[in-house]
Amino acid sequence: MAFIELSGIEKSYSNHQVLKGIDLDVEKHQVVTLIGASGSGKSTLLRCINALETIDSGTVSVDGDVVSGPGVDLDRLRRKVGMVFQSFNLFPHMTVEDNIAVGPVRLLGEDREGALRRARELLERVNLDHRARYYPDQLSGGQQQRVAIVRAIAMRPEALLLDEITSALDPELVAEVLNIVRDLARDGMTMILATHEMQFAREVSDVVVFLEQGKLLEKGPPEQIFGEPKEERTRAFLRQIVEAGRL
Amino acid sequence: MTSLSPAPRSRGLAVFATLLAIALLVTVAAVGESVRAGITTSPELSTFSIWVMAAGLALGAVTLWAAVSALRHSFRSASEEAAGEVLASRASAAQSRQHSFITFGLAFAVLIGFALIQLVLINDGNIQRTFLRGDLMAGSALDIARAFIVNIRLALISGVIVLVFGLVLAIARMIPGKAGAPVRFLAVAYIDLMRAVPAIIVLYLIGFGLPLTNLPVLSGLNAEWFAILALSLTYSAYVAEVYRSGIASIHPSQWAASRSLGFSYLQTLRFFILPQAMRLVIPPMLSTFIALQKDTSLVNVIGTLDAFNQAKFYASSTFNLSSVTVVAILFVIITIPQTRFVDWMLERGANRRKGA
Repeated sequence: MAFIELSGIEKSYSNHQVLKGIDLDVEKHQVVTLIGASGSGKSTLLRCINALETIDSGTVSVDGDVVSGPGVDLDRLRRKVGMVFQSFNLFPHMTVEDNIAVGPVRLLGEDREGALRRARELLERVNLDHRARYYPDQLSGGQQQRVAIVRAIAMRPEALLLDEITSALDPELVAEVLNIVRDLARDGMTMILATHEMQFAREVSDVVVFLEQGKLLEKGPPEQIFGEPKEERTRAFLRQIVEAGRL
Repeated sequence: MTSLSPAPRSRGLAVFATLLAIALLVTVAAVGESVRAGITTSPELSTFSIWVMAAGLALGAVTLWAAVSALRHSFRSASEEAAGEVLASRASAAQSRQHSFITFGLAFAVLIGFALIQLVLINDGNIQRTFLRGDLMAGSALDIARAFIVNIRLALISGVIVLVFGLVLAIARMIPGKAGAPVRFLAVAYIDLMRAVPAIIVLYLIGFGLPLTNLPVLSGLNAEWFAILALSLTYSAYVAEVYRSGIASIHPSQWAASRSLGFSYLQTLRFFILPQAMRLVIPPMLSTFIALQKDTSLVNVIGTLDAFNQAKFYASSTFNLSSVTVVAILFVIITIPQTRFVDWMLERGANRRKGA
């Protein structure tokens, strides 16, 4: 049984159907990358997995437990499945270390001292321990995103959802963020990421999924999807990426 | 060969500024003298008007000096241009224009300030004698200041109640889901109702109505508590809306971030949304609180002896409004420091988060 199982996920906003029946299994320690044009449903799919969006039909199950539908303790689910956003979404009124420690202290019942110590240890791993007492607005975008990843990790999640986490960054800051994701993949973190960084997707993914207009069009190991895609649409999409100089 | 574009024009402005400054001096002298001539009953006031005129003329002279300086720079600009020093000519012209605009600003301020004081002195000091009699103000000030403590007490106690009850209302109004619908409806109804009814009507109904109801506790309260009750009920509705606007202006991504970590709706409000919203609502909250302070003067309708009531007492026994002006001055004195304090606090908070 896969760690995350999506079956028949459908989602509409008023009369626009964003997801049209998505099936996807993600095994523990797997890195799955969602690619596809803007509006293909990558972000929505991620937000449906930890129920930031409610789904219209289908089921989401995490670790063998069905977590869609009524009567689910979503706050518990979300502690197990962390999320990192395109626009970082740090809490601007808190210092970096408090941003990271607030979850463990308030939700996991850790004592403040220990949580702050661990926050600084995690920050050290991403070379940001010297910024622990800073406020988010004092950091660069790349630094903020690294803090956001650490904030998610601090909750000791069993899986991470990464929603275009480098799309809002200046090009020279992308690498510092991707390096952390690379480390997480090496440590065996289960991850689903939506990204436009094809080179990175190719390198880090176990499975690449191509979404188009709310449908899962093609799925396979990165060598196959990027090397010899079966679907004409996938080829067309990748051609555009190559023309834009991004692959 | 590059050709330098010429200096901006400055002569017309400088000439106009000079004429304006001269006109200002003439006006101050003419108006000041005619008002002074009209003051016949009070030698002190006559002396005062001479001082005012002197001050007006002195400030007028400063204005004229700025205008002349504009003119001088304009001439210098012209001679530099003739000598082919275009860059220097531009700088002088810019100086000239700046002095011209300074002249305009000064002339405007002097004129308005002078006119306001003359308004008090005009017609043999009638306005001064109606509103600003020094002897009556001094004579009533102590009693009024003492009574003003009632206003401050009303404002502080109501203020605290309003901050708490307003927040409860705001959160009630935002409770999510179907189950929250009745609570939301109640909160909206309360806010609509209390914002619609004038504070003075609420005060009147409570102050004169509650004692007649024979309700336990409530009917036995004294007038001050009725006032606190009425003001709290009214202002909570306003403050609830202030809170709500603050909460609503926090970007939804903050909700997403908090919920994705596993925080519940109420935890999200408490740890992330409210602390940020509070900072945003401080300025409108201060405006509302100042309005509340001022409305404490309404309590005179139910007979509480506040500053205004005390002043009216003096006013009716002396047939003069100077004591009421004292109340106005007291309100100004307590309001302005609050505004400055909040400005300072906000700036400090912003600087800290930016690391300045």
